[in-house]
Amino acid sequence: MNAMTNLDQYLQQQQRKDLLRFITCGSVDDGKSTLIGRLLYETKVLFEDQLGQLEVDSKKLGTQGGELDFALLVDGLAAEREQGITIDVAYRFFATDKRKFIVADTPGHEQYTRNMVTGASTADLAVILIDARQGLLAQTRRHSFLVSLLGIRQVVVAVNKMDLMDYSESVFRDIEAEYRAFAAKLGLTDIRCIPLSALKGDNLLERSEAMPWYQGPSLLQHLESAPLDDGRASRAPFRLPVQWVNRPNLDFRGFAGNVAAGSLRVGESIRVLPSGKQSRVAGILGMAGEQQEALCGQAVTLTLEDEIDISRGDLIALADAPPAVADQFEATLVWMGEEPMLPGRPYLMKIGCRTLAMSCATLKHKVDVNSLEQLAARTLQLNEIGVCNLGLDQPIPFDPYADNRDTGGFIVIDRLSNQTVGAGMLHFALRRAQNVHWQAIDVDAAARAALKGQTPRMLWFTGLSGAGKSTIANLVERKLNALGRHTYLLDGDNVRHGLNRDLGFSEADRVENIRRVAEVGRLMLDAGLITLVSFISPFRAERELARSLAGDGAFLEIFVDTPLALAEQRDPKGLYQKARRGELKNFTGIDSPYEPPLAPDLRIDTSRESAETAAERIVEYLLAR
Amino acid sequence: MLTHLQRLEAESVQIIREVVAECENPVMLYSIGKDSAVMLHLAMKAFAPGKPPFPLLHVDTTWKFREMIAFRDQTAQRLGLELLVHVNPEGVERGINPFEHGSALHTDVWKTQGLKQALDLHGFDAAFGGARRDEEKSRAKERVFSIRSAQHRWDPKQQRPELWHLYNTRKRKGESLRVFPLSNWTELDIWQYIYLERIPIVPLYLAAERPVVRRDGTLIMVDDERLPLLPGETPEMRKVRFRTLGCYPLTGAIDSEADSLEAIIQEMLVSRTSERQGRLIDSDSAGSMEKKKQEGYF
Repeated sequence: MNAMTNLDQYLQQQQRKDLLRFITCGSVDDGKSTLIGRLLYETKVLFEDQLGQLEVDSKKLGTQGGELDFALLVDGLAAEREQGITIDVAYRFFATDKRKFIVADTPGHEQYTRNMVTGASTADLAVILIDARQGLLAQTRRHSFLVSLLGIRQVVVAVNKMDLMDYSESVFRDIEAEYRAFAAKLGLTDIRCIPLSALKGDNLLERSEAMPWYQGPSLLQHLESAPLDDGRASRAPFRLPVQWVNRPNLDFRGFAGNVAAGSLRVGESIRVLPSGKQSRVAGILGMAGEQQEALCGQAVTLTLEDEIDISRGDLIALADAPPAVADQFEATLVWMGEEPMLPGRPYLMKIGCRTLAMSCATLKHKVDVNSLEQLAARTLQLNEIGVCNLGLDQPIPFDPYADNRDTGGFIVIDRLSNQTVGAGMLHFALRRAQNVHWQAIDVDAAARAALKGQTPRMLWFTGLSGAGKSTIANLVERKLNALGRHTYLLDGDNVRHGLNRDLGFSEADRVENIRRVAEVGRLMLDAGLITLVSFISPFRAERELARSLAGDGAFLEIFVDTPLALAEQRDPKGLYQKARRGELKNFTGIDSPYEPPLAPDLRIDTSRESAETAAERIVEYLLAR
Repeated sequence: MLTHLQRLEAESVQIIREVVAECENPVMLYSIGKDSAVMLHLAMKAFAPGKPPFPLLHVDTTWKFREMIAFRDQTAQRLGLELLVHVNPEGVERGINPFEHGSALHTDVWKTQGLKQALDLHGFDAAFGGARRDEEKSRAKERVFSIRSAQHRWDPKQQRPELWHLYNTRKRKGESLRVFPLSNWTELDIWQYIYLERIPIVPLYLAAERPVVRRDGTLIMVDDERLPLLPGETPEMRKVRFRTLGCYPLTGAIDSEADSLEAIIQEMLVSRTSERQGRLIDSDSAGSMEKKKQEGYF
């Protein structure tokens, strides 16, 4: 009976626990895995069978001479366990009587910025490990920079391996002073430095007797009392990204999502963005049924007094404190893709519950994560961080990332591979976009096309150099001309003599080359012309961009599919010979890739079909549509 | 300020809704255990006052405890949800069982192959599973949204970074997602939540007198006449319960007096063995779970 009463108390206490998420930064050499393993061990989340496994592993693989090697508890996948390094983000869990903790464990090696940024994105606090023997290293600076970049405000500097420095106060004080001076430059102010030995357990759970000169809390005591970051979000104006419209029957229409900031009561006025429509809250359905108030972090379903059009991706805000709406931004971008980020290339952005087209208009600079220097750059490689201007294909409601992670943080998705290739943080909207309005013109595309008595189309010829694109495009234009159609032919070589004279043949320049041509092609479509574009255009992504600019129906992708060997044999301009001799760099098909269309509207095999019959087939196809 | 369970609850509901918003044909894998019970409970909350817009799928091995099957059917009926049950016909034809074929082949045919068949048969493009990161070391790095090839293989290099609460659900035709809404829950969280929310669970989790035999130090329940008794072996009645539920010949029971939820939680607090120890399929070499996962085991 007594046990039951205690259990009741226990369960009561458990219900009051909150949740702190933190990230640990440092390398294996700093004793990070030992520190986490020991926290798990000491807070008794391990069971006997796991401890048994640990004993066996420690004898077989351990680095502690057969003693328990706590690092083995957290080093995960088989391959990396053998290499002795962790290579991804792992999540660990432990709890004390006061709190539950989720630890994002990330490696410290330079090439893994991606992992650290991922782990830091959901953390309230960061524990940065420093080896007392080494002091501040380049990686300490890198970790601190990333922590500040991701908006983590609380930092614990764990000065580890104090046992190897005779628990010397002066060693600790020097490191502390140096770190504080450096962190101030990053704007990190909430810093707690703790001297400890993860291996011996000093200052880990209890304050250590080995360092009587240290009067602060142990690491665990500090983690238990650190304030939670969502206090700030709770005080901000209400934001609810609409995740899903719930319509189980004709009588119920609710807007479901997780509250990203602030709170909202039944009866309050709301505004929907980007439409700007207003209504009042009729009801709030929460996890335990009807409730009077929606709180930050809760998953809720709102019903409104008026029937207004709201869909997934919209944002519901307090009527008198709505966020700004914009389609051009300055943002920090962290690149995570194997392929570099190319300005001008179209990507997808997922922000809140909305996915939309995005491209980087200007890469202003990249940041050296070790020296924090700003460097000029034309692309971002894997694990590089840059500041850029972004353009979107539609306006979105947003808050600066510094104010709200959920309404200011986004991921970047590659349109073709579907991989998550980047993450970003919005700084502010660019004024430019707000002040340059689209000028309404009375004579529109339809009127111009009607005058010419034709349907404007964009015929996009793609293929290797020497495939026969220009020859065929030329024949097609002659035939259309003879039929009284108004046309224009944009040829790759010709455009490079004028508009694109400033561009070379690097991947970034090729993307910009195509972007400009696609934009010019769009103007010509608007003018009512049948526009022929004859460009190698080796990358799928840019051809997709051209398709989206022209509009799906107006765009015809014509793949002039000539085998490389045949094109090289023809070599009308002697370019292949030059490329083979190494005199021409980045030549498509030789040392630069060509991505063939997956589903072209027309495919021309010039090894089987003459240019003349191909041209006839294209004209027939065009006029039949 | 939300409590830790309220936070976990909100996070899981967000994950479940995201799948429904972005995937064409999701399904919830329902394994009848306590984690499935919590996952299903969260799904009911996520779509209230409506019902979850997806069916439940149970990949049956024909060797589950009888009480599990009864509970499964009651649950689907009580909640008014569509329940799909798939049994691998090859397993039936070959009469696969854990005694003659060993646990590895048994698991592969009934569970791994059976699951792939069921997903292909119905063309599901996303499947919810109740796995948690705290269950096993290799799961600590599993994503919430895990992408699988058209052959259902898991490729560690193709897994996408997950930042904030933004999940990338895009996939090619044929590829599918495994989604784990309970990733950040621990076993203790699950029990506390079941207790607080009064979620019904299979009675096998609670201690009762049951017929068992002891083999290699493990208590196996004699759930039906198909369990071959070894010479000299006679079932004895013992007060036992199960920390994890699966195929009865492969699931070890523990001696226990805990016949209420409160008692289970109390027992857990002093317990010194992890729940996976009761699963006989995991006790081969370290890293075995990772291997199974690459082959398509959930």
